[in-house]
Amino acid sequence: MTVIREAFQPGLPDARGHFGIFGGRYVPETLMPVLLDLERQYLVLKDDRSFQAEVDDLLRNYVGRPTPLFAAERLSAALGGHLRIYLKREDLCHTGAHKINNTIGQALLAKRIGKPRVIAETGAGQHGVATATAAALLDLECDVFMGAEDIERQRLNVFRMELLGARVIPVTSGSSTLKDATNEAMRDWMARCDDTHYIIGSVVGPHPFPMMVRDFQSVIGREAREQILEREGRLPNAIIACVGGGSNAMGIFHPFASDAGVRFFGVEAAGHGLDSGAHAASIERGSVGVFHGAKSFVLQTDDGQITPAHSISAGLDYPGTGPEHSYYAASGRAEYVGITDAEALEGVKLLCRTEGIIPALETAHAIAFLAKQAERMSKDSIVLVNLSGRGDKDVFSIAKGLGKEI
Amino acid sequence: MTSRIALTFERAHAQGERALIPYLTAGFPRLSETVGLLRALERGGADIIELGVPFSDPIADGPTIQASCAESLLQGTTLAAVLEMVREFRRESQVPIVLFGAYNPFLRYGLERLAHDASAAGADALLIPDLPVDEGEEAAAIIRGSGLDLVFLVAPTTPLERKRLICSKTSGFVYYISVKGVTGARESITFELEQPLAELRSVTTLPIAVGFGIATPAQAAAVGRLADGVIVGSALVKLVGEHAGSPDLPAKVEQYMRAMKEPLRGSSSPAALTQPLDKPTS
Repeated sequence: MTVIREAFQPGLPDARGHFGIFGGRYVPETLMPVLLDLERQYLVLKDDRSFQAEVDDLLRNYVGRPTPLFAAERLSAALGGHLRIYLKREDLCHTGAHKINNTIGQALLAKRIGKPRVIAETGAGQHGVATATAAALLDLECDVFMGAEDIERQRLNVFRMELLGARVIPVTSGSSTLKDATNEAMRDWMARCDDTHYIIGSVVGPHPFPMMVRDFQSVIGREAREQILEREGRLPNAIIACVGGGSNAMGIFHPFASDAGVRFFGVEAAGHGLDSGAHAASIERGSVGVFHGAKSFVLQTDDGQITPAHSISAGLDYPGTGPEHSYYAASGRAEYVGITDAEALEGVKLLCRTEGIIPALETAHAIAFLAKQAERMSKDSIVLVNLSGRGDKDVFSIAKGLGKEI
Repeated sequence: MTSRIALTFERAHAQGERALIPYLTAGFPRLSETVGLLRALERGGADIIELGVPFSDPIADGPTIQASCAESLLQGTTLAAVLEMVREFRRESQVPIVLFGAYNPFLRYGLERLAHDASAAGADALLIPDLPVDEGEEAAAIIRGSGLDLVFLVAPTTPLERKRLICSKTSGFVYYISVKGVTGARESITFELEQPLAELRSVTTLPIAVGFGIATPAQAAAVGRLADGVIVGSALVKLVGEHAGSPDLPAKVEQYMRAMKEPLRGSSSPAALTQPLDKPTS
């Protein structure tokens, strides 16, 4: 990581969407008026009680919130018995991951601002499924851009989206994966901005997306804060979450941002190893760049070309990260660490055997880091892990990674 | 000192012409051919040339230019190599060169170093489609500090007040994007230019160049009725791609430029300039 010293300030972004030197709006002029308008409308709706009531109602009665905060006693025992480990069960949300917190919010927003069509990018298909779900519920037309490579690898999710009434549009440019699907979604939005809202799936992209997605995902941290105070009567010592674009991590971190005693650990995908050249550790091994509309840490060559990422987990397989995470890293508010593919697989096994929960491969990175870090944590530390998604979608990848045929 | 770009528009205006502004992706189809193609563009009548610096993830571009960028990068094109091409071309030509590309490669190179090196190589301006005025203040100061222009774009979605803002920040000329969406030749297209260009004229005296989707002489003629400059990108890149590897490539490029320039020469073909706006052939 390039070292940039910035004192941490809560309450960002500023009026132009900057988190320190990060963030902003680096997009073609065609989209600028659209983003300015979106920001204006979002800021009004954010304080609109009837809009918030609609969001809250769907989160409670459709998504299944609040999600439980589960005391993982057998996992704690397996890691030495000295920690009080809690899992925030986002895997129990409708569609199996935190992604839906954001798509419900943005789909309601699209409705309010009069956009009958929504588009999304998707890698493994989780955000695509969550968008298609919200679009079906709210009667919006939905097109999902997905790399041709990913379509091949994730046929089940493609079928799910189609079943939900979405159209899946194959993207064959570049590496035919998530970053290219994002490029294509932006291109589509430029041509169709009059009737279309782009539901970005993470805390990435141009302002106001990183702020807006964070706000919709912050329900995770708000609930967790209340739940832990009720259970333990004090704040946690540490919060651990995996980071690709970083929406589940920002969702749980943000409501604790001003609690200086709460340490944040963002776990990036170290793939075959941080120094292997095949990883997705944009913060630890990337440098400052402008990619997909924002300034942030990105994986790039010395000539400023974006390099493909690698992770066993499709949801972390992205060469950039959210600008607010870059700011948390540069200011030292959060620590970012890497977990390899092999370690993540161990994380899957650990959680399956101790707690009877099959985590998503993304989430398994956070579990694996907890296992590594446990011995360095002092007795009776309270540790929250964001259990961002369930692993049913990953069973084939997990089997392959473990050398098993199913 | 009056810039080469300003002089070019003044001269065209004095002769009753419109400027023809082709876009070429540097390093496509091969690095070694770019300077030869720049010369062919000049012979064919190009008044200003946009030289594309390739980027791995060009979000403002359609399939044709995306593919040319990908191919150029496979050929090993770097920003330093593009500056070398400019230097070589500049030894024998006074045609202004606008470096056109995504912000990240420029940022990575270092804006101060870029401003210095681009100016020394003989480039005239930078045009960065993903750097809107709102984020461009620092870059503009550095780039203009080296005597280069920084051209900003106006889109069909840009409201009047924002047009005013952009025109107050751009230099050299204003780039008006003719249609919503990405670059690329379109089979049938209706350019709605009268009102937006009239609005632009009301807030600036700078020359206005129009680009996106212009492929045929008839379209050039139609756009040339209202604009000071006509930008041709994807159609040219497509032609280059089709003749890649052929010894005829420079001749084909030159011929296409002649065809596109013809209707922009006011005195030689006044009829072309009065063709209806909305009926381009494809």
